[in-house]
Amino acid sequence: MENVITAIRVVPLGHYFFLCFLLFAIGMAGALLRRNILIVIMCLELMLNSVNLLLVALSAFLGDTGGQVFVFFIMLVAAAEVTVGLAILVQLKRNTDGVDINQLNRLKW
Amino acid sequence: MLYLFYLLAAVSILSAVTVVAARSPITSVIALIVCFLSIAGHYILLNAQFLAMVHVIVYTGAILILMLFVIMLLNMNQLVEQRKPLLVRIAAVATGGLFFLVLLAATHQGLSVAPAHFDAGIGLVHTIGTVLFRDYLVPFEVSSVLFLAAMAGAMVLAKKDGTEHVNLPPSSEPGQNA
Repeated sequence: MENVITAIRVVPLGHYFFLCFLLFAIGMAGALLRRNILIVIMCLELMLNSVNLLLVALSAFLGDTGGQVFVFFIMLVAAAEVTVGLAILVQLKRNTDGVDINQLNRLKW
Repeated sequence: MLYLFYLLAAVSILSAVTVVAARSPITSVIALIVCFLSIAGHYILLNAQFLAMVHVIVYTGAILILMLFVIMLLNMNQLVEQRKPLLVRIAAVATGGLFFLVLLAATHQGLSVAPAHFDAGIGLVHTIGTVLFRDYLVPFEVSSVLFLAAMAGAMVLAKKDGTEHVNLPPSSEPGQNA
């Protein structure tokens, strides 16, 4: 327990910023890059998780429990979002026989 | 301890790149599981034990297994995904990279927070439960309504009802796609 506590003193906060921004950028590039709707949903999850990690790091560094409660709520919202997203995926597959997001571009007009 | 952080960070970044770059959706889901487990390791390193457990249970145990079920039920492993045009792909990677640079440039100074009033018991169930049910009780109750709405919405969206097939061409009957 005691040497776990010292980890926060060893790892600088800037490292966590770097890691979370990189994860967020990877998720953002993936969401723009891929055409499979399931991969796009997974990239959204990746972005949500990078923000979660940054919130937990700041909460630990600032000594504030509120950040971790926010991460808890973000997890709840992410679970609900994935449920609805997968239902839309099943319906898309059933109606168009594919999971390509370009099938959905008629929503633009 | 710093090396443990670097190891976990390398695992999470490499698996995140694998999620984006893999051809097969199964590989992407497995890589995302690895990425989320390494993020749970980061939580433990940051003394957030409760969140690490919730993260493993909710994400790895529920969400990603649900995605695996969807892939297997819909036979998505056999689908060939068409790639976007080269210009769009270059633009997507450039967007991600530039966004990363902007975020780094915005925070590279003035955000060096010293862990002054450091509290080791901040991530324990007792502390989080006290704050959750004292300060955030109303959002907690509202989130149950959100879950109810999400559950009903998912059932309504995924349900096969008889009226919708009238408007569809016969080739998109669900029985023939399976």
